[in-house]
Amino acid sequence: MIEVEDLWKSFGTNQVLKGITLSIPKGQTYVVLGGSGSGKTVLMKHVIGLFKPDRGLVRVNGVEISRLDGKPLTDARQLFGMVFQGAALFDSMTVFENVAFPLTEKGWRDRKSPDEIRARVVEKLEVVDLGEEVLNRWPSELSGGMRKRVALARALVSDPQVVLYDEPTTGLDPITTDYVDQMILHAKQKLQITSMVISHDIASAFKVADRMAVLYDGHLAAEGTPEEVRRSTDPFVQRFLSTWFAKQ
Amino acid sequence: MRRLQAALEDFGRMILFALEVVAWAVRPPFRLELVVAQMAFIGVGSAFIVGATGLSAGMVFALQMNYALKQFAAEGYVGGSVAFSLARELSPVFTALMVTGRAGSAIATELGTMRVTEQIDAMESMAVNPIQYLVVPRIIAAIVMFPLLTMLFNVIGYAGGFVMGVYVARIPIGPFLEHTREFMDPADILHGLYKAVVFGAIVSVITTWRGYAAAGGAKGVGEGTTRAVVMSSIAVLLADYVITFISVGT
Repeated sequence: MIEVEDLWKSFGTNQVLKGITLSIPKGQTYVVLGGSGSGKTVLMKHVIGLFKPDRGLVRVNGVEISRLDGKPLTDARQLFGMVFQGAALFDSMTVFENVAFPLTEKGWRDRKSPDEIRARVVEKLEVVDLGEEVLNRWPSELSGGMRKRVALARALVSDPQVVLYDEPTTGLDPITTDYVDQMILHAKQKLQITSMVISHDIASAFKVADRMAVLYDGHLAAEGTPEEVRRSTDPFVQRFLSTWFAKQ
Repeated sequence: MRRLQAALEDFGRMILFALEVVAWAVRPPFRLELVVAQMAFIGVGSAFIVGATGLSAGMVFALQMNYALKQFAAEGYVGGSVAFSLARELSPVFTALMVTGRAGSAIATELGTMRVTEQIDAMESMAVNPIQYLVVPRIIAAIVMFPLLTMLFNVIGYAGGFVMGVYVARIPIGPFLEHTREFMDPADILHGLYKAVVFGAIVSVITTWRGYAAAGGAKGVGEGTTRAVVMSSIAVLLADYVITFISVGT
């Protein structure tokens, strides 16, 4: 479904990614762990074509997304939903308008009726445990957890094949964190969605991942099933994971 | 040398951005409702400040012209001078500068904030091109509204000049109006409106670009907005000189 081959990216003199290769089969959840500033978000933004690689490629469903531009790239993104680290809700729109946005804009050729759109928005908000009372609220009136859940509803509303989660649990309380984890599992099990999760939350990562990788200094220090990564002998991976496993 | 190179690179990127805007402007979907909303923001929202500036400019200019022309006993030409200066120079330039301060800065700040909070990335990830959705409506609205605001400036400015000339400076109404008719040609008004179209394009491209390319959090947005206003103002003055030079020569 998603293949990343020998991906290199630098910003000025800062070499962020140094030859990343990974593959995410259809319907699986792949977690990329790593410290702050390790290039996790840069890697994810390559997958959806927000960044162009200096070298290497990204293929989604056989289409080389890293080479697309303009309208073909815009069309290719219809496969995706993405949850951003800070939720990235549109300030100038209500919750309803935010969640409805992919439906009203994506399907302009075969636009759905207002009733259909409203029903779909309400349905997706219910999935993330939010009621109709939030429909007319502005993003600034929501708590951090609610904003994340609205962002999740927006990512799922157009039934994407792939959902990318950028630090979905950062800054959330333990209950909301568990809720988001359940949402990611629900998306995989019930909707057969392929997911890529970028995180430094080790507990969440081990809960939702089918496969995972640890990103360090621009390359994958470990890659495999959660158990394989846990047994990695790489010193950084051991140090990174011990911060959480030592507490258990 | 490095700063010059960076400035040239930035200018080059802005030109590519403008070309991309043109490419997306002619592609469906055409979001008329967004254009109308921006016309309301840029045009209707700026009407008060443009009208107030026009009134002030017309009144002051009429008093100054009266003071100067009185020495040659030519006060009757005040109306014509005011109308001519407003139509060809004052209205398009003052309107562009006022709208840059009011709407241009807001455009740069809004798009800059959307950029640094990843709202623009989010829009792209939802298969919606942000240039087509956010930038094209603002540029079309500016190109349409700048000439209309310039006409508003013309009308209110001349009305201000008329009140000052006829009721304060006591210039007889006959010569005031007759010399206006004599001085003015529709081509003079069109000359100002052409300038307004060019200024609208310049201001909207620069302010949207500075917002769209913002980086580095709140500080980056603030710097982007400042640069948007300064660059737009200088570009308007420069373009005014070039258009005037091409049109009337030396």
